[in-house]
Amino acid sequence: MTTIEETALVALLDMPSLLIEADKVVFANRAATALLGAHIVGQDVRLALRQPDAMALINARDGGHAKVKGISVSGSLWDMACHVLSGGRRLVLLQDLSIQASVARAHADFVANASHELRTPLAAILGYVETLEDAKAGDDPATRARFLGIIRREAQRMQSLVEDLMSLSRIEAVKHDRPETVIDLAALVREAAGETQASITLEMKTAAPNVAVQGDRGQIAQVLRNLIDNAVKYGDPTKPVSVILEATPDTGWASVSVHDEGEGIAPEHLPRLTERFYRADASRSRAVGGTGLGLSIVKHIIERHRGFFDISSRVGEGTTASIMLPTVQG
Amino acid sequence: MANHTVTAVDSDIGRLRGLISEMGGLAEDAIQKSIASLMQHDLDLARAVVAGDARIDALEADVDRLAVRIIALRAPMADDLRDVIAALKIAGVIERIGDYAKNIARRVDGMEFRGKIEPLILVPAMADIARSMVHDVLDAYAARDKELAIEVIRRDDQVDNFYDSIFRNLVAHMMENPATISSAANLLFVARNLERIGDHATNVAEMVHYAATGDYLQDRLAGQKSA
Ligand SMILES: Nc1ncnc2c1ncn2[C@@H]1O[C@H](COP(=O)(O)OP(=O)(O)OP(=O)(O)O)[C@@H](O)[C@H]1O
Ligand SMILES: [Mg+2]
Repeated sequence: MTTIEETALVALLDMPSLLIEADKVVFANRAATALLGAHIVGQDVRLALRQPDAMALINARDGGHAKVKGISVSGSLWDMACHVLSGGRRLVLLQDLSIQASVARAHADFVANASHELRTPLAAILGYVETLEDAKAGDDPATRARFLGIIRREAQRMQSLVEDLMSLSRIEAVKHDRPETVIDLAALVREAAGETQASITLEMKTAAPNVAVQGDRGQIAQVLRNLIDNAVKYGDPTKPVSVILEATPDTGWASVSVHDEGEGIAPEHLPRLTERFYRADASRSRAVGGTGLGLSIVKHIIERHRGFFDISSRVGEGTTASIMLPTVQG
Repeated sequence: MANHTVTAVDSDIGRLRGLISEMGGLAEDAIQKSIASLMQHDLDLARAVVAGDARIDALEADVDRLAVRIIALRAPMADDLRDVIAALKIAGVIERIGDYAKNIARRVDGMEFRGKIEPLILVPAMADIARSMVHDVLDAYAARDKELAIEVIRRDDQVDNFYDSIFRNLVAHMMENPATISSAANLLFVARNLERIGDHATNVAEMVHYAATGDYLQDRLAGQKSA
């Protein structure tokens, strides 16, 4: 095949595609120049793709596939294919996995975990209903009241599970568009702290009474509720939960930390807490009605807001969960 | 004959610029991995970052050799000479950036995993800005984009402010929790290295601007600030 024919074909592809010869980009289609800049044509290929994994693939004798992170925009994920053509030319094709990857993962997770999580309370409900249908147990008022209580609790768990799952999928659907409304983080923190029955000490380390961030009011409220809820649930009921809002205008970021003096979380669990359904202490979490989705919702919301989430803990001393959000200047 | 010389210089400089970009890609990767190893306390990843630095050093040597060859054999003029000089300087700076990432990775072992050090959340945010400066300045280099270079320089203030904020927080923390002093000191060191990475990204941006336009930016921006 001649280079002219190759070029004509590559020009037709929708995905970002490059032709490389003797370490130079000899042709880039429209999608590729849109992604990497028009300047790459005629240049050394390393000026177009400098990621170590991408370079290794381009230099591999037989071509192949690789997953490459951070092409053009950091945080993006790409499938890169490199085909060796006649005359030693190479064709590089890029496919954006950022959206696909998360959808595929979400789907697999959902099927595996959600069915398990839903089946457990469902089995309990069915079991108790069947027992109640038996006159021997059903006619005794004390037994009936106790069983009905259990059924109600299990049904409520299923309800909150379904609500959490729906909220997670709603967040996923919009996760690539950053909210545009400007909200006052300080007011939201005050509201969230005021909502709970438990005792909370609130500390506002801010220069101004308002802290403007670009965000979705309902979602940020949900994040704060989840973190405070965890601190209250897993903390020491005799010690107050502390919530600290800190905004240092000169860094352009605001942080909220929620601290409790509970039993803490063992280090091996920390990196996995934001996974769906992951619980550090499964029996305890179930006993307090947890679904194990709270922190994964938090993580998704914070990512959508271009922020950071972190949780640090010491066994026997307590836990601090913090979020950071970029503030709106001016 | 004259035409032949021009192409030879062009293709040598093209390769030189490719080497710089390759070094930069490795440095960017090292920063990202050093912070990931710190946050996840992943000692294997930290060791890989430390070991990977040798590759950046080797590329710097390649840049030096090629630059010397270009100057000796091709006698580059004007724009070309500026490109070669800029490449030499940038390679030195990227090598330093690699060292800072290595320094960060080296500290991971000495840090307690997720001790109750509040400013830990500030570190990935600061790292993200420093890393994005390196990322964008390498893009600016590849595209000879002087506007993007200036934009990178402007971002350095943010990194400096972060450093001040982390410093104040950590010092306060050290006084209240003497038991965590060594972890806190390590973290301060990490922040210091990130701050240096931001400074060095700024240096690269100045060289990118110089290669693209021929003037030194320092004087111009310095003049603006005091005005
Ligand atoms: N402040 C805390 N102290 C101790 N353990 C915690 C704390 N916060 C979270 N955890 C642990 O992390 C796990 C995951 O938390 P997450 O909020 O995601 O789920 P959950 O609280 O179990 O359920 P949900 O929030 O969906 O009702 C919890 O099950 C618990 O083991
Ligand atoms: Mg929870």
